Amino acid sequence: MIESGIFYVFASILIAAAIGVIGFRNPVYAALCLVLAFVTSAVLWVLLEAEFLGIVLVLVYVGAVMVLFLFVVMMLDINTEQMREGFTRYAPLGLLIALTVAGEIGYVVWTRRAGLPEKMPLPTEDYSNTEALGAVLYTDHVYAFELAAIILLVAIVAAIALTMRKRPGIKAQNIAKQVATRAEDRIRMVSMKAEDPS
Amino acid sequence: MIALREWSKTLLLSELRSGLAVTWRNMLRPKVTVQYPEEKTPQSPRFRGLHAQRRYPNGEERCIACKLCEAVCPALAITIESDIRDDGTRRTTRYDIDLFKCIYCGFCEEACPVDAIVETRIHEYHMENRGDNIMTKDKLLAVGDRYEAMIAADKAADADFR
Amino acid sequence: MISWFQSAFALLPWALQKTFWIVVVLVILILCVAFTTLLERKVIGFMQARIGPNRVGWRGLLQPFADTLKLLFKEIIIPQNSNRFLFIIAPVLSTIPAFATWAVISFNPDFVLADINAGLLYALALTSFSVYGVILAGWATNSKYAFLGAMRSAAQMVAYEIAMGFALVGVLMAGGSLNLGQIIAAQQGSVLHWFLLPLFPLFMVYFISGLAETNRAPFDVAEGESEIVAGFHVEYSGIGFALFFLAEYANILLICVLVATMFVGGWLSPFEGIWKIGDTWLAQPSFFWLAVKTSFFLFCFLWFRATFPRYRYDQIMRLGWKVFIPITIVWLTVLGVLIAFEVPPWFD
Repeated sequence: MIESGIFYVFASILIAAAIGVIGFRNPVYAALCLVLAFVTSAVLWVLLEAEFLGIVLVLVYVGAVMVLFLFVVMMLDINTEQMREGFTRYAPLGLLIALTVAGEIGYVVWTRRAGLPEKMPLPTEDYSNTEALGAVLYTDHVYAFELAAIILLVAIVAAIALTMRKRPGIKAQNIAKQVATRAEDRIRMVSMKAEDPS
Repeated sequence: MIALREWSKTLLLSELRSGLAVTWRNMLRPKVTVQYPEEKTPQSPRFRGLHAQRRYPNGEERCIACKLCEAVCPALAITIESDIRDDGTRRTTRYDIDLFKCIYCGFCEEACPVDAIVETRIHEYHMENRGDNIMTKDKLLAVGDRYEAMIAADKAADADFR
Repeated sequence: MISWFQSAFALLPWALQKTFWIVVVLVILILCVAFTTLLERKVIGFMQARIGPNRVGWRGLLQPFADTLKLLFKEIIIPQNSNRFLFIIAPVLSTIPAFATWAVISFNPDFVLADINAGLLYALALTSFSVYGVILAGWATNSKYAFLGAMRSAAQMVAYEIAMGFALVGVLMAGGSLNLGQIIAAQQGSVLHWFLLPLFPLFMVYFISGLAETNRAPFDVAEGESEIVAGFHVEYSGIGFALFFLAEYANILLICVLVATMFVGGWLSPFEGIWKIGDTWLAQPSFFWLAVKTSFFLFCFLWFRATFPRYRYDQIMRLGWKVFIPITIVWLTVLGVLIAFEVPPWFD
């Protein structure tokens, strides 16, 4: 009873936030709405006792990705008028895609639902979502999982390779070298005879 | 070898640790804080605080309106107007020191030929109203009358070095 | 009398009991935060050959309450061109995660507010959430200093979160659980069984990242008063400023508790298994030991602030990305080998 109440509260917040993401003119507000949507969907997952997924969603998307998004969005000076220009032109196409996606989701839910019992069995007392996920990922889906890991690695390497430019004439400091410098490296002691000032 | 030593130095944070040792030692050292309103640091007889005008023992004010202090004041804090008094002596009719302008350098005191303007040890004073920062002649004389014993003692203590 | 209260308390509904304990923990936490501010001023004062606040109450013990009262009664000024809504909500957003994380902290062997399986991840997720308060405050203020502070702190937090996460992976591997209570239980035995020794590099990385994550000296470029006045909270006064303060110190305490929990055995006693002392209360796991360890790390926070000069911004980034992350990755492989060969006394 309480759980379904919590579900409806957070689900409605989630929908409102999702509408806010596309509705707000201010891009910072939109990004914040997306954060809110992530957090509320994490809450919904936690309600399903999938706490690992929920927390990882917050950790990865809210904690890292959206921070960078906000970072960029706050720096930009976005001209919303210019972005709205093509709205009517692309609206039919967008509508078509949206309908297709909605239809696909409906079809999957409907067909899957048909074979499943009305109520899913509740997890047992010592069930750990984290362990179960790990077990599945490293046994049944190990190839797909490792493949995803390699793709991510390639993406990281590519991102670094794309942004790293070796420019000549850069005056970057080599701190280790600076710290390791001894007086002998910089100063040459010269013995001189005292000069007669007169 | 040197590179290895530098590496181990960096990784073992040896410089950070020696820095921490310094603060740790200082934490255990006795504290030198002076608990101000109850305790006060010793003052020199030459301390330059609030200004005062002195009088001769017979009650006559010392100032002869020579305006040397006004001339020497680097902050232009002193304003003097003078006139001939009924007995034919030259006296100030107005002697204002703006405490906000004053930098407490003590030049006025040094310039004064008759030791009329002095800076006392008083340094705990305040103003409550706009305009209180102007020390008029009356106020200066009042301070001088009130603290004459202290001023005279300080002058006597410092006399050998003048 | 006490037993009557206990039986009456047991009759209360479960939710009310939990609420009671949450309130107890929060009140104690806020008091701890208040006295941490005093401790900070005292410790730093002592290290600078000063006495620190000693006027309000005996030796200044009431100073935090005087400060709180002052802040509560100060006027709240909202800058004219600021984003009003976000400006007000930002301090709240930074305070909530700082407090919410305490739900999973295991205070003693049988007291934890929420004994969830993914406690470690939860703590990491919520500490990463606290960056939003800072960013929003900086942006909503509509001031260049605040904005610079927010940008700096956002980049810094994102950078150090990665090193922090890797360090936590090491703890997870060693402890074999994401539950903080079970991680502590895995360190049982003696001082040698604590994760401090096998995870020493990760401990250092986590603690230093914790300094950076809470924007404390020497990583406090987000406030850098010599460059950008006070960073993201320049324009905050009164209660808003107090909330930022509260969040900062609650986060500091949290990092200290987490370090104590994950690396030096939380509520486990250092005298465990030692002859003679082994039977007394000193050897029993209790909240006392957690408090002692936390206080030590808290002192280190203050000690570092009194000692180290502020890092330059590019040095902070270099340290996070080019030093800490490689160290953690290397040590994770070392740790994997240690675990695979079941090296005693930790992994047998």
